[in-house]
Amino acid sequence: MDFTFEDQQTAFRDAIRRFLMTEAAPEHLREIWETKSGRSTELRSKLADQGLTALSVPEEFGGIGLSDLDWVLVQQELGYYAIPDSLSDTAYLAVYLLTNMPADVALKREWLPRIASGKARVAVGHPVNPLVADAELADLLLLWHQDEVHALTPAQARLTFNPSIDMSRRLYRIEWTPSDKTRICPANAGRGLWEGVLDRAALAAASQLLGLAHRMLDLGIDHSAQRKQFGKPIGSFQAVKHHLADVAVKIEFAEPVVHRAAYSLARGHALAPVHVSHAKLAAGEAAWLSARKSIQVHGAMGYTWEADLQMFMKRAWALDASWGNRAFHKARVARFVLGNGAALGPDATFN
Amino acid sequence: MRLEYTEPQKRFRAEIRDWLAANTPRETLPSFDTEAGFEQHRAWERKLFSGRWSAVTWPTEVGGRGCDLIEWLIFEEEYWRAGAPLRVNQNGVFLLAPTLMEYGTEEQKKRFLPRMASGEDIWAQGWSEPGAGSDLAAIRCKAALDGDHYVISGQKTWSTRAVWADWLFGLFRTDPDSQRHHGLTFILLPLNLPGITIRPIRQLNGLTGFAEIFFDEVKVPAVNRLGAEGQGWNVAMATAGFERGLMLRSPARFQQTARNLVQLCRENPAAAEADPVLRDQVVKGWMDAEAYALATYRTAGRLNRGAHIGAEASTNKIFWSELDLLMHETAMHLLGPRAELMPDAPDVAAGHWLDGFLFAQAGPIYAGTNEIQRNIIAERMLGLPRS
Ligand SMILES: Cc1cc2nc3c(=O)[nH]c(=O)nc-3n(C[C@H](O)[C@H](O)[C@H](O)COP(=O)(O)OP(=O)(O)OC[C@H]3O[C@@H](n4cnc5c(N)ncnc54)[C@H](O)[C@@H]3O)c2cc1C
Repeated sequence: MDFTFEDQQTAFRDAIRRFLMTEAAPEHLREIWETKSGRSTELRSKLADQGLTALSVPEEFGGIGLSDLDWVLVQQELGYYAIPDSLSDTAYLAVYLLTNMPADVALKREWLPRIASGKARVAVGHPVNPLVADAELADLLLLWHQDEVHALTPAQARLTFNPSIDMSRRLYRIEWTPSDKTRICPANAGRGLWEGVLDRAALAAASQLLGLAHRMLDLGIDHSAQRKQFGKPIGSFQAVKHHLADVAVKIEFAEPVVHRAAYSLARGHALAPVHVSHAKLAAGEAAWLSARKSIQVHGAMGYTWEADLQMFMKRAWALDASWGNRAFHKARVARFVLGNGAALGPDATFN
Repeated sequence: MRLEYTEPQKRFRAEIRDWLAANTPRETLPSFDTEAGFEQHRAWERKLFSGRWSAVTWPTEVGGRGCDLIEWLIFEEEYWRAGAPLRVNQNGVFLLAPTLMEYGTEEQKKRFLPRMASGEDIWAQGWSEPGAGSDLAAIRCKAALDGDHYVISGQKTWSTRAVWADWLFGLFRTDPDSQRHHGLTFILLPLNLPGITIRPIRQLNGLTGFAEIFFDEVKVPAVNRLGAEGQGWNVAMATAGFERGLMLRSPARFQQTARNLVQLCRENPAAAEADPVLRDQVVKGWMDAEAYALATYRTAGRLNRGAHIGAEASTNKIFWSELDLLMHETAMHLLGPRAELMPDAPDVAAGHWLDGFLFAQAGPIYAGTNEIQRNIIAERMLGLPRS
C-alpha cells in the first residue's frame, strides 16, 4: 500500500509544467483565441515534441505506452495552463478507442502512428455530449451510433459551429448518416469501449478541473498579495484569507480522489466508474468554488476581460458539464452507495 | 503507487479482526463521561493492552507493535468496524506519547509510557484558560521554579476527561516577565496533588465531559518538565501537529458514520423521498468520508517516504469536522420527530444519532477552531501576508 507517485512520474509532470509555463502563457492563449481555427499548429507540434501525443499509444504503434495513471498528472497541468487544444481527445480518448478495438480493424495501424507523431487530430463523439469538440479541424471523427463505432472524415458530415463561453472550446453539432461503410466496430464490442471512453474522458475532465481550481487559487493569492487597500495588501484581511483557505481545503481533498480514480481505471477495478464519477464531482466542486472565491478576491478586476482569471473560470464552468454533468455522475455514485449489497465502511476503501 | 495491501498487512488486519471479534464488549459501555463508564473504559484499555493493541504505533519496548501509519490505519478501520469502545486514553496514547517520545528523557519514557499503555494513567490536556482560548499564547497559569519543584498557581479550563483522569499535561508560564509564547514550559502532573481543585463542567448533553482545574500553590517536581524550561511552546506545537494531523481523528470513524447514515437512509425511504436533498447529502457524506480516507493514506505514504506534515494538517481538521456535521445534520433531518429523543428513550438508535450530532457541534471548536485553522492555511500554506 503506497499512495504516492513514482519519481519518474512526477519528474515527467514537472517537465511538462515547465514547458507549458512558457509555451502556454496567458498572453499566448489570447492570441490563439483570436485566430479563426482557435488552434495553433505550432503549439500542437510542440506538445508532440514533448511526447504528449504519443503518451498512451502502444509502443508497437510508435508510442510510449503509458497508462491512465501517467496521464492523470499531465491532465492536471493541461488544466492548470488551460491549453487551447483538445489534445486529450486525440491522444487519450481516441487512442484508447482505437487501441482496444478488435485486432482486424485496419484503422488502428493507419491512425495510431500518425497520432503518436502528432500528425493527426481525432475528434470523439459520445452521446453524453450533445456537441463534438474540435470536429472541424479533425482528420478523423470517431462517432457513437447505437454502441457501434463509426469513423468518418469531417467532409462526410455536416458541421455547425456552436460558440462556447470558453473561446478555447470549439464545439460542433454533427449531422451524419451511419452506414456499413462508416461502421468500424459492432455494438457488442463497442459498448464496453464507449464506457471506457466515457470514464477516461470524465477522469481527464476531473484532472483538468483540479488543475484549473489550483490555477484560479494561485491567481487569487497573487492578486491579494499585490493589491493594497486601507494601506495593506488585501490578503492580510481575514475574510480574504478564509475565502482562499476554503478553496485550498477543497483541492486538498479532491486530488487524492482523482488520483485513485486513475489508478482504478489503470487496473480495471470493478468500481472504477464509481471512482471516476466521485473524482469528477469532487474536482468540479473545487473548481466552481475556486472560480467564485477567486473572482470575489479580485474585486471589479475579476469581472473584466483583461484579468486572466476569466480564461480559467470559463474553462472550468464549461468542462464541468462535459462528459457527464453533475446529475449524471451523482446518479452513478448514488446507485452504488444506496444500492443493496455495496461494501461500505472503514475497511472497504481498498478492498 | 500501489493501492493494494501487502500480505503482511492483510495478516495484520486478520489478526486484529479476530481479536476484536473475540473481545469487544457486546453491550455499548456507558459513556466515559460518567464515573462508572470511565472505569469500564479504563478496564477496556487494560484489555487492549493485554492483547498488545493499546498503542500499536509505539515501539515494542514500551508496549507497542512498532506499526507504521498504514498499519495504524488498518487497526483503526478494524476498530471502528467492530464498534469497539471509544478510547478514554486518547489524549495520552495518541497526543502526548508522540511528544514524549520526541522530547522526553529515557527516564520519563520509562516512567510514563507503560502506565499509559495499560490504562493505569489516564491523561487530560491542560492548554486552555479563561483568558487563553484561540489565543493560546495568552496563557497565564504560572509555575514558579523553587529549588527542585515548580509551584503552580492559576487556572486551566475545558480539560477533557479531567473529572476522573489521573494526570494532566499542559503549558504553564514559568517566566513571569515573559510575553506570548516565550517563557512557557511543558509540565506533566498528577491530578491528585494537594492544592488542586477540579470542578466538572456539564456539556451540551448534560454529562461532565470536561472540567475546570484550579491550582493553589501546587508543588510539582521539576523532573516532570517535558523538554527544556521556556521551550514549552515548541514542545506543545508538536502535540498540536499530531492532533490536527493524523492521530486525533482517523478516517475510519467517519467512514463508519457514513455507512450508518446510508443504513439510516435505507430504513427511512419515505423521509429520503420527501426531501431528496437528504439523499444527496447521504451520498455526499459517503464521498467525503472516502476522500478523507484517501487523503490520509496519501499523507501516510508521504510520511513513510520521509516527508513532514506541515500546515496542510490544518486542512484535515476543517474537512473532518465539517463532514461530521454534515452527516449528523442529515441524520437528524432523516429522523424527523425522532431526532430529539435522548439515548435513554426506548428508541435507542435515534438517541445514538443525537449524541453524535451534539458532539459534532464541538468539532469545529476544539483542537484549534476552524477559523484559526483557516488563518494557518492562508498564512503558512498559501503564503498570504500576516494580519
Ligand atoms: C468538546 C471540547 C473539548 C475540549 N477539550 C479541551 C482540552 O482537553 N484541553 C484544553 O486545553 N482545551 C480544550 N478545549 C478548549 C478548546 O481548545 C477551545 O475551546 C478552543 O481553542 C477555542 O477557544 P475558546 O473556546 O476560548 O473560544 P474563543 O477563542 O473565545 O473563540 C470564540 C470564537 O471566536 C473566533 N476567533 C477567536 N480568535 C479568532 C481569530 N484570531 N480569528 C478568527 N476568529 C477568531 C473563534 O474561531 C470562535 O469562533 C475543548 C473544547 C471543546 C469544545
